[in-house]
Amino acid sequence: MPSCSVNRFEQALRKHGRGELAAERLDTLQVNVGRLCNQVCRHCHVDAGPHQTGADVNMGPEVAAIVERVVRSGAVRVLDLTGGAPELNPSFRRLVEAARDAGVHVMDRCNLSVLLQPGQEDLAAFLADRRVEVVASLPFYRRDRTDRQRGAGVFDQSLLGLRRLNELGYGSRDDLRLNLVYNPTGAFLPGDQHALEREFRRELTDGLGIAFHQLFCITNMPIARFAEWLHRSGNYESYMAVLANAFNPAALEGLMCRNLISVAPDGTLHDCDFNQMLGLPVSAHVPRHIREFDSAVLARRPVVTDSHCLGCTAGAGSSCGGAVT
Amino acid sequence: MQDPYYRREHLAQFSAIGESRPDLAEKFFAYYGAVMGEGTLSAREKSLIALAVAHAIQCPYCIDAYTKGSLESGADLEQMTEAVHVATAIRGGASLVHGLQMRGHHDQLSM
Ligand code: SF4
Ligand code: SF4
Repeated sequence: MPSCSVNRFEQALRKHGRGELAAERLDTLQVNVGRLCNQVCRHCHVDAGPHQTGADVNMGPEVAAIVERVVRSGAVRVLDLTGGAPELNPSFRRLVEAARDAGVHVMDRCNLSVLLQPGQEDLAAFLADRRVEVVASLPFYRRDRTDRQRGAGVFDQSLLGLRRLNELGYGSRDDLRLNLVYNPTGAFLPGDQHALEREFRRELTDGLGIAFHQLFCITNMPIARFAEWLHRSGNYESYMAVLANAFNPAALEGLMCRNLISVAPDGTLHDCDFNQMLGLPVSAHVPRHIREFDSAVLARRPVVTDSHCLGCTAGAGSSCGGAVT
Repeated sequence: MQDPYYRREHLAQFSAIGESRPDLAEKFFAYYGAVMGEGTLSAREKSLIALAVAHAIQCPYCIDAYTKGSLESGADLEQMTEAVHVATAIRGGASLVHGLQMRGHHDQLSM
C-alpha cells in the first residue's frame, strides 16, 4: 500500500504552517479493558465478541490494580472506560468505584444491549448510583440500517437499554448524562452534528419517547477493518482525499490526544484509542506503560501521528466527544 | 486531447468555472451555499430534494454529490429511494397529464 508510506497528516500540518502535534495537558485516562463483548458487529474495529475471552486481549486484575492506583492518585479528572463491552470485564465495577471515591468523573462507552444481558440486570442501577456518564453507541436512528450494521434485533435491544436508562433518570437529569454516538456507515463524513442531533431527536425523542442529552458525531477512521473495507471496495484513495480536503486547522485545538492518554489491556500507553488499535504506542521519550505513569511528563508529550489522523481533523473535527469545533 | 464529456473529476473541479467571470461564479456559489444550508427545511430534507431533482434532470454529478450529501445529513437508502420515486412519479405524471392535450387534439380532429 504505497499510501501508507507518507504521513499525510504531517503534510497537511506543514501545509498550514503548523508544527508537530503535542499534548497540552492530561485530563482523561481512557482505558480499554479488552475485547470481550456480547455483540459481534460487522464494522467492529477491535474484532470484539463473546469469543474474545483470552487473557491476552482482556485486562487482567494486575494491570487493573495499577490503573486503580493511578485513578486514586488524583492524576486525572476523567476515567473513560471502553472495550469491547467494558462492563463485562470483572474489574469494571471496581475501577468505577475507585474513580468515584476519588471524585473522578467516569464515562462508560456502552453498547446498550449489555444492560439486558443475564447477570447484568443491576448494571443500569449501578451506573446511575455512581453517576457514571453513559456514552452509548447507536449507529443510526432507524431499525433497518442499525440492524444491518450491528446484527438483527440490535435496534430493539438498544431501545430497551435506552428505556431502562431513561427510567432511572438518564437523559433528563443533569447528573445522569446520556450521550449518543453516531458514526457514518460508509465512506462518507458525518454531516453537521447539530443538524443530525435534530434528526435523532425527531425520531427517538418525538417518535419513540427516548430522552438523551447530546449526539456526538464521529468520523470513521481509515484504520483496521474499516481501512480493509475501503481498500476492498476501491474507496480508499477517494476517502483519504475527502479527509485531506476537509482538513480544518481549527480542529487541532480540540483533538483528544492533546488531553487524553489511552491505556491498552496490557497496560501499554497510547496517544488515543485509534493509535492503540494500530499498535502505535506513545513516543519512546516518555513512559510507555501504566506502571511508569507520570502525568507531568505525559501531559507534555509529543503525539505520534500518521495519515489516519486526518480523520480527526476533517470538517468539524472528530474526537471521542464528537465534533470539536 | 481528453474527451471532455462527463468526467468524474469535473465535480471536484467545479470551481474552475470561476476562472472566467469570477464575479458571476462567486454570486452563484454564495447563493448555492445559502440555499442548501439549514433553514426551515433541514439539511436532510434539502439533500433529498436535491437528490430527487438530480434524477429528474439526470445529472450524474448531482446524483454523485447528493447521494453522499443525503447520507452525510442522516438520510438512509429507503428515504433516498422514496425521493427518486417522487421524481419518477412527477416526471411520469407530467407526461401522462399531457395525455389530456392529446385527447383534446384527438377530439378536435375526430368526427
Ligand atoms: S458493540 Fe462495540 S465493541 Fe462490541 S462488537 Fe459492536 S462495535 Fe465491537
Ligand atoms: S488519531 Fe489519535 S493521535 Fe491522531 S489526531 Fe486523532 S486523536 Fe490524535
